Amino acid sequence: MASALGDRPIYLAGVAETKLGEVHDETEYSMFAKAAIEALDEAGLTLDDVDGLFLNYMGEEGTVQVGEYLGLHNVRYLDSTDSGGSAFELFVHHAMLAVAEGRCDVALIGYASRQRTRRQRTLGDWTARDTYSLGAQFQAPYGLPMPIGHYAMMAARHMHQYGTTSEQLAEIAVAANQWAQRNPKAWRYGKPLTVDDIVTSTMMSDPLHKLDCCLVTDGGAAIVVTNADRAKDARKKAIRVLGAGESQTHWHISQMPDLTVTAGQIAGREAFGMAGITAADVDVFEPYDSFTITVLKALEDLGFCGQGEGGEFVQKGRLGPGGELPSMTSGGGLSYNHPGALGALLLVEAVRQLRGEAGERQVEGAEIGVAHGVGGFMSTAGTVVLARE
Amino acid sequence: MSTDADTFDYGDTLSRPFWEAAARKELVMQQCATCGNVQFYPRPMCLECRGTDLGWTAVSGDATVYSMTTVHVQIDPDLVPPYVVALVDLDEGPRLLTNIDGDVEIGVRVRVAWRDRDDAPPLPVFEPA
Repeated sequence: MASALGDRPIYLAGVAETKLGEVHDETEYSMFAKAAIEALDEAGLTLDDVDGLFLNYMGEEGTVQVGEYLGLHNVRYLDSTDSGGSAFELFVHHAMLAVAEGRCDVALIGYASRQRTRRQRTLGDWTARDTYSLGAQFQAPYGLPMPIGHYAMMAARHMHQYGTTSEQLAEIAVAANQWAQRNPKAWRYGKPLTVDDIVTSTMMSDPLHKLDCCLVTDGGAAIVVTNADRAKDARKKAIRVLGAGESQTHWHISQMPDLTVTAGQIAGREAFGMAGITAADVDVFEPYDSFTITVLKALEDLGFCGQGEGGEFVQKGRLGPGGELPSMTSGGGLSYNHPGALGALLLVEAVRQLRGEAGERQVEGAEIGVAHGVGGFMSTAGTVVLARE
Repeated sequence: MSTDADTFDYGDTLSRPFWEAAARKELVMQQCATCGNVQFYPRPMCLECRGTDLGWTAVSGDATVYSMTTVHVQIDPDLVPPYVVALVDLDEGPRLLTNIDGDVEIGVRVRVAWRDRDDAPPLPVFEPA
């Protein structure tokens, strides 16, 4: 397998989830600290080994407050990229290059949120908070719910252009839910859903129903990126980063060049090109399932199927347990957990699948896994290709 | 009741001609003097040729619905669901986010209308052509 960093292999050497679901007895910082310690322990490392910090959404000034909380004194590389839910795939991209260049040796990536417990999510147009902004002038007055209305218009256009149906989108949510029945940590564990449940759930922003939308839960994750030398003492199998890519398209929905083409096209091309793979090589796929349409577009834009073919592609259980392309194997944002920035948890699940430690939901013989993060209003994308060596 | 744009300040010099025209219920767009490209929202450079000589031109207000959603949740005290939010492609090129009053679907023709606001210039919305 070719990689641009062939002589300097980079690994995800440790991963951990924070406490998930509804967290009343911890702060975001203590949640993340415990996950960081657990992930570093998997890698055979400790907090004192961390010299690169890649995180955001945990207080002002990016990495600073978490670094202080963890008592890190040897940090020499900081990255607080803000690309929304895809930030963690971008962090892996940036960390692999920083570690390969020796600008840091042990990179800690992560996130924790209690947005469910804190009831932080609303559907209002937050661009209006700045009364001078372009959004306040040209977008907010029209009352497009954020972010669901943006994704709804993408789904509506896809349906118009390609004949995609609500039932086909619902197949995506059903696949995620079937995986969740095999994951005791999933929010909807023990709560199976059918296509009919989804298409008859409350209509939020036509054509997206309530059950086309991800959960809102607390949670987070920690991920350790390091080089071959530091990964050699890992207590669990370190997973190789073969490639990564990223891109962006728009912020305001009126400026998205084509509602049926996402930043995933460039992110995927870059990541697959670096890794020397094609979509056909992927054994397990972890797409950001903020909404059902988000997954459909990832499948098309990363080349698992052609443009406009996503609706047919997801039918007949292709993404579910036993399907040809096992996807959202934790249960995803739709049925496992969605603490706001799911991208971190996509990486955790991909690593566990490639290590062969996913228990009842293990994809047999998985060697190549892809995590694909999406942020904003389908605004940003980050793709990471991982491999079991 | 329409509002005098002079009394309302978005703090955005570039968009001021747009809102001044809106106060007269006229839809205007930036146009590049070099290549003729019509663009929205306003910027100090042309998105097509990168020229910086930009003026303003009145547009027809005729458009085609590119995508739309009917919103069933209330997020704004002034907008009572269900209501339609749409992206419309003006005949001159630019794509606008807007509301459409009336029964429409993707691909149909619409034309500009204006919604009066108490605290801001009239807002361009659309209606079936």
